[in-house]
Amino acid sequence: MIHEHFESRETAWCPGCGNFAILDCLKKALAELGKSPSEVLVAAGIGQAAKTPQFITANAFCGLHGRALPPATAIKIANESLTVILDTGDGDSYGEGGNHFLHAIRRNIDLAHFVHDNQIYGLTKGQASPTTGQGHKTPAQTGGSQNTPLNPLLVALAAGAGFVARGFTGEREQLIDLMKQAISYRGYALLDIFQPCVSFNKVNTHQDYARRTYKLDESHDPTDRLAAMALAMETGDRMPLGVLYRVESPTFHDRNPVLREGGPLLDRPFDPALIAGFLRELV
Amino acid sequence: MAYNLLLGGAAGQGIETTASILEKLLKRSGCHLFTTRDFMSRIRGGHNFIQIRFGDQPLYSHADSLDCVVALDAPTAALHTDRLSPDGVLLCDESVESSDTRALRLALTATARELGNPRYAGSVAAGAILRLFGVAFEETAVREVLGTYLRPELADGNTVAFRRGYDMATERFQPLSGDASGHMLVTGSQTMALGALASGLRFYAAYPMSPSTPILEYLASKSLEAGVVVVEQAEDEIAAINLAIGASYAGVRAMTATSGGGFSLMVEALGLAGITEIPLVVADIQRPGPATGLPTRTEQADLQFVLSASQGEFPRAVLSVRSHREIWHQTRRAFELADRYQVPVILLGDQYLGDASATMPVPEVSPVRLPAEAMAEALQKAKDNLSEDRPYLRYEITESGVSPRLLPGKSPHLVIVDSDEHDEEGLITESADVRRAMVDKRARKSVGLAADMEEPDWIGPTREGEPVPTDLLLLGWGSLWGPLHEAVAILTAAGRSVGALVWGDLYPFPAARLTALSASAQKVVNVEQNSTGQLARLVRQETGLACHASILRYDGRQLSGDQIADRIQREVSE
Repeated sequence: MIHEHFESRETAWCPGCGNFAILDCLKKALAELGKSPSEVLVAAGIGQAAKTPQFITANAFCGLHGRALPPATAIKIANESLTVILDTGDGDSYGEGGNHFLHAIRRNIDLAHFVHDNQIYGLTKGQASPTTGQGHKTPAQTGGSQNTPLNPLLVALAAGAGFVARGFTGEREQLIDLMKQAISYRGYALLDIFQPCVSFNKVNTHQDYARRTYKLDESHDPTDRLAAMALAMETGDRMPLGVLYRVESPTFHDRNPVLREGGPLLDRPFDPALIAGFLRELV
Repeated sequence: MAYNLLLGGAAGQGIETTASILEKLLKRSGCHLFTTRDFMSRIRGGHNFIQIRFGDQPLYSHADSLDCVVALDAPTAALHTDRLSPDGVLLCDESVESSDTRALRLALTATARELGNPRYAGSVAAGAILRLFGVAFEETAVREVLGTYLRPELADGNTVAFRRGYDMATERFQPLSGDASGHMLVTGSQTMALGALASGLRFYAAYPMSPSTPILEYLASKSLEAGVVVVEQAEDEIAAINLAIGASYAGVRAMTATSGGGFSLMVEALGLAGITEIPLVVADIQRPGPATGLPTRTEQADLQFVLSASQGEFPRAVLSVRSHREIWHQTRRAFELADRYQVPVILLGDQYLGDASATMPVPEVSPVRLPAEAMAEALQKAKDNLSEDRPYLRYEITESGVSPRLLPGKSPHLVIVDSDEHDEEGLITESADVRRAMVDKRARKSVGLAADMEEPDWIGPTREGEPVPTDLLLLGWGSLWGPLHEAVAILTAAGRSVGALVWGDLYPFPAARLTALSASAQKVVNVEQNSTGQLARLVRQETGLACHASILRYDGRQLSGDQIADRIQREVSE
């Protein structure tokens, strides 16, 4: 059986979950970009959002919690002809996987990282995530979360990411466009997506996000890093949606002399004479 | 016959370069070599020494008794002359006070100063050493070897210094020569890196950790020249193994290496490779633990750890390495087994062999069938089950447990893998029936793996190539192969009926030879570089056989053949 189109499989999400909108937008974005399922690899770690690769007809790598970026990075290194997309959650991306997040930015590996940011842990039923607001009460933060929430957009900009954007499941047309831009961008692209968790986050609801967000217009220059940082610091009642920053720079493949030319690594032949030469050097 | 030379000094005195130059010149003269490095975990100061053992036959370990001690600092003379043989030579600078009748005090520093560079002292000493051991001075050879380490003007100056040293000494030992001049001179780490390259390695990720770092550095130095190998320093060991798993899933041969501490971080991902059935080679170059332990020293204490590392049950292979030649062999096998059974394979090395350099014949490089090339056959196999409404089954249930493996993006079919339990297609399931079927499918791979394991090497008497049982049966594994060779020879010469079984492949545990030979043995003794006898535990677990005594060392230093023989004579009666 060959899948000609991006289709959904049976999901295991709660009715009303923001993940449905993201899955739907992902399918549309890939179709509109003219991709076929067999040339797309969707990767994730563990979490409710991280089940996305299981629910779309594409190649799928669902690894360990927090560890989606390293395998996705190496998949792109091994076979650059694959379109690699990470579709996973805020805990997977910024909590357990925080270190990999920083270093994927430094590598500027060509992949799109979609973070379903519902500011809560869904799979484990409602504990704080790195982006949970201060004072937000949960079964594990019974007096309210004490820690300063992580600002992923600001961290990404500070670390040198070349594509930093934010979407919202309540703005589907814009979200599809942002996904297409992130996938087409050459290099590491972070798209943080606000989504409600209807079961475990009663604070950051659809209505709450709709009230507190606004769409960036053409007055913002997405090549202005300081302006992008100022926008990323808008975390209160007025939070921007759209591309905060977009500047292309050499990717991991551009910088790596082995990958720069020669085509996909996995297609390169084995040359015994080359290795024999290395052995002779040691005689 | 072999000689044993020790070069000692403080970190930063250049003993490493002097030793490397000596090794190369001795090899050119035909000598076989085995060199061990004893470094403190610091960059400057402290006391470091290198032991160069060379002879007319292949050598596989160090020895205790020294023929020559070269002391570039006073502590070297104080620390090592107790091991110097009565007719040995203590070579030191004339400034070192010594009442030892074996002392040969030469104007090493003064000559170097006279030649205009105090750093030439090492070359003056090296020249004197060659003369002591009767190695001919060939200026072009000396200049060429020095030129591989030094800038031209320094190489010229050092060649002059070398000659001056050579002329200062007189021949004291009978010259030796073997057939090793055409051999490679390699460290264990280089051999492992080369074995990986010869296996079609395309991707290597690692986080620096002694003593595994030289593998990373050798591969990095060859990456560009090879043109087909990407070497990436990961942000941590968790990333390193997950990178390797991703690369392997996509279809290139991939590897990571570390030491026990880094392996501890990799453990969860080892299980990921197990349940997703992605071929993976992980090398654990052991050093003494727990935690940071002794970073630059040696131990064999990770065996029990790697046997069961990671939660749950999944097939794996554990291969240890016994000599430089075998590091090549085992690394090649690790990649083949990982691909054949789609399992993680753990290569268990240690600091002793990893950092030791030795001569070995140049191995042959044979063609390798890479995963992308093997896919056509897998696609043919999978096709029997593909239909209009039946997708590609990455985890198709088969008798061998091995499913036809397609690579993502290399066919119209989708390749779905998940760390959750999954059905044949790779989709998450909690079905009890599917769970049982998948656990059993994965477990069946162990049957094939077990059949591919190599029996332990027998060191002892043979008849028509078959082992002859002995009264005393020694058991060891990995890098103790070399010392056990010498111990068996010493004990046999002393009249003991003795043989040794030394395992390379450790899991699935090959037990046939042990079962045959232990039946008539009076005593079975395990010899290991750990404090709890981890091989003995594995033997008992797999065969029910309990060892009668143990010879264990766990101070971070390798047992020598002499020490094993001595302890057997004192601790294990006939």
